[in-house]
Amino acid sequence: MSTLEIHDLQVSVKLPDGQLKPILAGVDLTVKAGETHAIMGPNGSGKSTLAYSIAGHPKYEITGGTVTLDGDDVLAMTVDERARAGLFLAMQYPVEVPGVSVANFLRTAKTAIDGEAPKLRTWAGELRGAMEKLHMDPAFAQRNVNEGFSGGEKKRHEIMQLELLKPKVAILDETDSGLDIDALRVVSEGVNRVRETGDTGLLLITHYTRILRYIKPDFVHVFVAGKIVRQGGPELAEQLETSGYAEFVEKAGATA
Amino acid sequence: MTTEAMAPPSTKSQVLRSFDVTDFPALNGLEEEWRFTPLKRLRELVTATGGTGKQVGVDYANLPAGVTARQVDAASVENVLTPFDRISALAYGAATDVTLIEVAEDAVPDAPALVRVTGQGTDAASYARTFVKVGRFANAVLVIEQLGSATLADNLEVTVADGAQLTLVTIANWADDAVQAQHVKLRVGRDAKVTHVQVALGGDLVRQFTSVEYAGRGGDAELYGLYFADAGQHFEHRQLVDHGVPDCRSYVGYRGALQGRSAHTVWVGDVHIRAAATGTETYEINRNLLLTDGARADSVPNLEIETGEVAGAGHASATGRFDDEQLFYLMARGIPEGEARKLVVRGFFAELINKIPVEELRERLGDAIEARLVKAGS
Repeated sequence: MSTLEIHDLQVSVKLPDGQLKPILAGVDLTVKAGETHAIMGPNGSGKSTLAYSIAGHPKYEITGGTVTLDGDDVLAMTVDERARAGLFLAMQYPVEVPGVSVANFLRTAKTAIDGEAPKLRTWAGELRGAMEKLHMDPAFAQRNVNEGFSGGEKKRHEIMQLELLKPKVAILDETDSGLDIDALRVVSEGVNRVRETGDTGLLLITHYTRILRYIKPDFVHVFVAGKIVRQGGPELAEQLETSGYAEFVEKAGATA
Repeated sequence: MTTEAMAPPSTKSQVLRSFDVTDFPALNGLEEEWRFTPLKRLRELVTATGGTGKQVGVDYANLPAGVTARQVDAASVENVLTPFDRISALAYGAATDVTLIEVAEDAVPDAPALVRVTGQGTDAASYARTFVKVGRFANAVLVIEQLGSATLADNLEVTVADGAQLTLVTIANWADDAVQAQHVKLRVGRDAKVTHVQVALGGDLVRQFTSVEYAGRGGDAELYGLYFADAGQHFEHRQLVDHGVPDCRSYVGYRGALQGRSAHTVWVGDVHIRAAATGTETYEINRNLLLTDGARADSVPNLEIETGEVAGAGHASATGRFDDEQLFYLMARGIPEGEARKLVVRGFFAELINKIPVEELRERLGDAIEARLVKAGS
């Protein structure tokens, strides 16, 4: 049973002029394998900063707090070490890598994560199976990573990686944004398959409640002005669906 | 007023042409054509007016059926390239014999023809001429690799007869102290196609000028270039695609990577569509990837059009740094930084390497590129 523990995490973004702009103002969160957490908040509240700073994006500077995975100091690790330790970030805007095929990319990533090359005999089948489950054409494997992908293809490709790489804790940054209802269903089914294994802790970051109709969270956290302002169960998401973030934003403003 | 008279006087296809090196004024480095080139590093090639020079080794054993090669007297070969600068005239006059490579009419060799040119040292200048003649309706692959040390001025002339197809791969894989100034001239016949992949990896200074002319309608020329300049290296690639015949096509795509202090690359692509060349379709693009500080890439696309009746004409140039977001994406999937960089750079060149129809060569070039990245410790 893996556990990601975030304690009093404070993060600033590095601005082009070298200044630091504080974004996260002390985040506490514990995600265990098999649990599904939803982090919901308005635009600009720092949700993506939380995702990217845990993954180790160089744009962010940690100014306080700790992040550990099964007791190991995540913040001391390089980006690739974090991934090999069992963290996964499904990105909101996956990056194009021209000239590198999906098949080559996935095999390279799988080899890096597992510490050994996947067995030729089983890997082809595993890859094909993962693509079929996400309704992707087999020709997809020969395309260059994210190059010319539609929004839905990019997100399905992210979830395919989630299924193949089998992380301990996965952060899904706005995986629902830009998806039509069919693509959202396909992507959600993929996330639910991972969830049902019970081996992976999921942290869903979203602005909308729409994806939570397909993926039922165990915990919902409302994120405003760089911190979690309210925690609850699935019923909290329903409350947000009807009344929005206004109440929380006002409160955060009043105490700031 | 004729269209000719309206053309600007500086047009690239109207420069001085002569077989006699002394017709060209001495070079001072301020000329438009030479302003990017560090002339001193070209050694005696800048000032020499002749002499027999030092021989280069030319090896063409094991050619496939349909392809022959031999040394012939320079006077017995037709002229496709009329030299248009001092060094190409020097190579023309000083090379006593010519390596003549012929692909027979209708021949479709079952393997690529491999020719290896080896420099024998830099203590004296070398001059060389190579003539490639591809017969009607032939379809062949020719690889010319250049190795060793040399101070070389050489001309490579190619005729591709009507309906023939040639894939020509040239690799400047010189030793660190080698210097080369080369002119490549391609004459494309009616409905013929030439695909040239020009690779520059080794040498202190490599300057390659490729020009194309069309002998009949329906000619097609694809010029691809791949270069990787390390600290101190100067690679310069210039093209002049002269569309003087209707309904021909050209595509020029050059890509380079640079790393290390004073790595310098130059790309100048000229395409000239003359008034008669209606229905021309052309595109030229150069992309450079700066892997470290201290490297410099100059990139100049020029397009000169004298007719409104073109099927398409465009040009583009982009030079940028290594994309940190690509690196982050790959590393976030567990791939270590060094390996992620290799993937990105190999990917950058993949499209061009895949134009080479020789698997062994594709792999060797891919490995050579990776080895460079490792050498730089990135």
